[in-house]
Amino acid sequence: MTAYIVRRVIAAIILLIVVTMITFAIFFLVPRLAGETSTQLAAQYVGRDPSPDALAAVQKNLGFDQPLYQQWWEFAHGIVAGRTFRYGPDASVCHVPCFGYSFKSHLPVWPEITSRLPVTISLAAGAAVIWVITGVAIGVLSALKRGSVFDRFSMGLALAGVSLPIFFTALLSLALFSYKWPVFPNLQYVPITQNPVLWAKNLVLPWITLAFLYSALYARLTRAGMLETMSEDYIRTARAKGLPERQVVIRHGLRSALTPIITIFGLDLGLLLGGAVLTETAFSLPGVGQYAVEAITDNDLPKIMAVTTLAAFFIVVANLVVDVLYVAVDPRVRYR
Amino acid sequence: MATTDGEALLQVDALVKHFPIRKGLLQRQVGAVRAVDGVDFSVRAGETLGVVGESGCGKTTTGRLLVRLLEPTDGRIRFEGRDITHLGTGAMRPLRRDIQMIFQDPYSSLNPRHTVGTIVGAPLKLQGVKTDQGVKKSVQELLELCGLSPEHYNRYPHEFSGGQRQRIGIARALALRPKLIVADEPVSALDVSIQAQVVNLLDDLQDELGLTYVIIAHDLSVVRHVSDRVAVMYLGKIVELGDRDSLYRAPLHPYTVALMSAVPVPDPTRKEQRERILLTGDVPSPVKPPPACRFHTRCWKAQDICREVEPPIRELRTGHAVACHFPENFDAAEPPAAA
Amino acid sequence: MKHLPLGPNHLHGRSGTTVTAEGPPDSAFLSVRDLRIHFATDDGLVRAVDGLSFRLDRGRTLGIVGESGSGKSVTSLGIMGLHRSARARVSGEVWLDGEELVAADPERVRQLRGRKMAMIFQDPLTAMHPFYSVGQQIMEAYRVHHPDAHRKEARARAVEMLTRVGIPQPDRRVDDYPHQFSGGMRQRAMIAMALVNDPDLLIADEPTTALDVTVQAQILDLIRDLQRETGSAVVIITHDLGVVAEIADDILVMYAGRCMENGPAEDVFTHPQHPYTWGLLASMPRINRERKERLLPIEGNPPSLIRVPPGCPFHPRCRYAQLTDGRSETEVPSLVPTDSPGHSVACHLTPEERRRIFTEEIAPGL
Ligand SMILES: Nc1ncnc2c1ncn2[C@@H]1O[C@H](COP(=O)(O)OP(=O)(O)OP(=O)(O)O)[C@@H](O)[C@H]1O
Ligand SMILES: Nc1ncnc2c1ncn2[C@@H]1O[C@H](COP(=O)(O)OP(=O)(O)OP(=O)(O)O)[C@@H](O)[C@H]1O
Ligand code: SF4
Ligand code: SF4
Ligand SMILES: [Mg+2]
Ligand SMILES: [Mg+2]
Repeated sequence: MTAYIVRRVIAAIILLIVVTMITFAIFFLVPRLAGETSTQLAAQYVGRDPSPDALAAVQKNLGFDQPLYQQWWEFAHGIVAGRTFRYGPDASVCHVPCFGYSFKSHLPVWPEITSRLPVTISLAAGAAVIWVITGVAIGVLSALKRGSVFDRFSMGLALAGVSLPIFFTALLSLALFSYKWPVFPNLQYVPITQNPVLWAKNLVLPWITLAFLYSALYARLTRAGMLETMSEDYIRTARAKGLPERQVVIRHGLRSALTPIITIFGLDLGLLLGGAVLTETAFSLPGVGQYAVEAITDNDLPKIMAVTTLAAFFIVVANLVVDVLYVAVDPRVRYR
Repeated sequence: MATTDGEALLQVDALVKHFPIRKGLLQRQVGAVRAVDGVDFSVRAGETLGVVGESGCGKTTTGRLLVRLLEPTDGRIRFEGRDITHLGTGAMRPLRRDIQMIFQDPYSSLNPRHTVGTIVGAPLKLQGVKTDQGVKKSVQELLELCGLSPEHYNRYPHEFSGGQRQRIGIARALALRPKLIVADEPVSALDVSIQAQVVNLLDDLQDELGLTYVIIAHDLSVVRHVSDRVAVMYLGKIVELGDRDSLYRAPLHPYTVALMSAVPVPDPTRKEQRERILLTGDVPSPVKPPPACRFHTRCWKAQDICREVEPPIRELRTGHAVACHFPENFDAAEPPAAA
Repeated sequence: MKHLPLGPNHLHGRSGTTVTAEGPPDSAFLSVRDLRIHFATDDGLVRAVDGLSFRLDRGRTLGIVGESGSGKSVTSLGIMGLHRSARARVSGEVWLDGEELVAADPERVRQLRGRKMAMIFQDPLTAMHPFYSVGQQIMEAYRVHHPDAHRKEARARAVEMLTRVGIPQPDRRVDDYPHQFSGGMRQRAMIAMALVNDPDLLIADEPTTALDVTVQAQILDLIRDLQRETGSAVVIITHDLGVVAEIADDILVMYAGRCMENGPAEDVFTHPQHPYTWGLLASMPRINRERKERLLPIEGNPPSLIRVPPGCPFHPRCRYAQLTDGRSETEVPSLVPTDSPGHSVACHLTPEERRRIFTEEIAPGL
């Protein structure tokens, strides 16, 4: 068991290192291979019409004149040990964890991301609570009442949920509830520390929009899982014991059906924490996802690198948590 | 199924198959499942060797080793005098014609998306066999031989019952006119009435085509019916091997005795008189089999020597060998058959 | 209770007699009458059980034999009231200790389930929940019918039950999960779970089919011993005639959802009356017999339960159907008593013909 967890942690760390290498390669190596010179590369970091001085400084600071592994090493080293960037005569210290330094905004990337993280976490966590509750509940009821009107209706809705693009549902909900019937007017992110009520109120629409998609997904998954477990032999045994149907469903059916859903939930949440790009953009929420979009539009590579690494980190950690959780839930894995 | 005194078609010496168990951070090998742990036997041309034993004793593994679906860990397999123990896929290829396997589960061993014709004809096509009248005709003949109708050629496996599917499996195995057929629990999944149909079919095919069978089964009654000689396995070893009648009339190994006494007999009048030996406990793990005689943990005759010295397999009666220090149904004064 | 059990019925001294009379049940502890269980499927109506009747007294064991798909499991689930799907149509009567269950309130049947009647299943690995320990599952079965029992008490009871079914070190193994048990121990644990509330009726659906012969012998012994101790009625379902011979007092031979032959075990084995029973006996290889040249299989395959042959469902495979002047193809034979007590058979052959065929053709081959 301990060996299993240690093995998984080590694997996760190795995976993260590989991910940073690959990200690095994509953003630094691929353009090189495509024939760009290091000066051209540096030009991407300083915006349009840079002065030759600025170019040279960036080129030197980012180490474009050095071999690639060295460049990666400095990037990785910066994350754990910090780094100093020189810009002409000035030097800016980029503290641990240094994910890079934006030569466009002249700021280290990490503080900017951390300031946006609460927004993304608020959005993802709130939506997650909604979608888990509604998705699982609908899924279970549909499975138990298979073929009923409720089942058909909710599965139809779920089909819409998984097939409608989030942009569409987001704009639709904005149009309806923010403009036509302004139940939630002037949507604007308010930190929870500042005013919890306003925080929640202004997040309701994004939550519901995001949760609609995932609820649909989870309802379908739960339904399928429940249908499968409810036909297992051990359900028959539970009934043969004389358990009331409610206990059969909850203690025996749901317990098994939820196990794979925990796995998927962990991964989905990890994915969203790396930036709920579409929802944040649609609702103008200043989260990590929006930051990523800005970074891409500005072609600000250090930012892109940082966001990608962060997203990878969340996914890897979520994966790790899920695996360990799985061991806790399923004794068959535990005793191997 | 007359016992012919043919020479050994198949000769197996000290055959071993260990499945490694890996554990820990570095997935080091920490042990092995000793699924088959040194078995010797031979199969003469034209005879049927039955292999019985409890679940997990290594019957299937033995069968898969014989047809070289598994790579032996150690030991030697000779077919018609030729060493085939470590032949590669390419070198095995011509031999695949001569050695075929029939599987237990008539439901999962046939590809549901292929027609019966495709399934039975596949070995012919794979081996590029030129048949006199074309593949279709030969397949239809095979189907007829196995008690199916030639019209079944274009049907799919799900349209058939379990017994019929097992016939399809047999037809497929027969397509290349093999010399040896290894059948792993060919009738276990079938109902008694259907089981008898398949047993009779195997019987008839042997007479007609001169086949040699190794039939693996856990049902001692079926094995008694189909075999000329029987091997009893326990935890990866053959503990008793002998001519059927000798073995069933007077089993030598305590395990065989217990096994046979546990088989329910469809005759309620006998249930009171019958003396049953109830083995206690379960079969030990094949990862750490008990030392010396592997049966000593469950044997009611076990003595110190059984825990210390592994009993060698000895031929106590003509054509009937056992690995036990204190065999049943055998008077120690009686001289063993020629050593 | 509307129907009071009558006094002992001397005319039908033994169980195994058909119940044909209308009205209140006779003295039998379990009495199944004209049970029909049909399933509406996309392919058509599956007549899994079609007019099954039998009875069973306390302290006795009934063995139900039949080939795969003959409706054995459906019958047992029907008695337990476990056909819940909207597609299942159950009719007929099941009387358990004077109480009718088919038409009863489902809540009432649930209360009886696990307390008065309990069941064990074929594959003990899939029949136990993989996520709960063996002890938890036994305790759950106890506490659902003893809501006032404390955890401690239930746990002690679970350990006691594991001891009774012969699990070594029960106080330690009680916390193990099913996958940590061997096949035989799992089946013992299932039996412990079924018997935790001292039921009066135990239904065992192929309890040993997934087990080795040596373990099968242990489990059959265990069931027999526990039955002697508790005096409960046992229904054991199997396709192995050997197993029924070993353990059953009475035998019911099922084919295509109907009863073909029913009677005391010894009588059915020594004087089987139905061509299907003959077929089953003749097709079995036997360990205690020198080898015969050939087994005598029953030709053909069991019918689809959607298109059950008219008349006697066995007629397409029966070698004697032509002796009945076409009645086998058109008229469903009803279960009628034979001249030996408690033994009845559903076949159009006359008793004389049956006797002649059995002595001349069947008995010499067995
Ligand atoms: N691929 C494998 N890897 C690891 N262990 C294996 C493998 N195949 C078989 N074993 C183990 O080897 C032992 C022998 O297995 P085998 O399937 O040969 O038994 P068997 O006698 O055919 O049993 P059964 O009657 O259940 O079919 C068992 O303990 C089994 O778990
Ligand atoms: N819920 C169901 N819906 C439709 N058909 C069913 C259902 N349950 C059982 N059946 C059908 O009823 C028939 C009898 O099944 P049953 O499980 O009782 O057979 P059995 O005698 O127990 O056979 P086995 O020996 O294979 O367990 C089968 O043809 C089966 O397909
Ligand atoms: S050698 Fe000893 S322990 Fe082994 S079977 Fe013979 S008597 Fe029993
Ligand atoms: S009724 Fe006819 S078909 Fe049915 S078993 Fe009797 S003789 Fe055979
Ligand atoms: Mg096997
Ligand atoms: Mg069944």
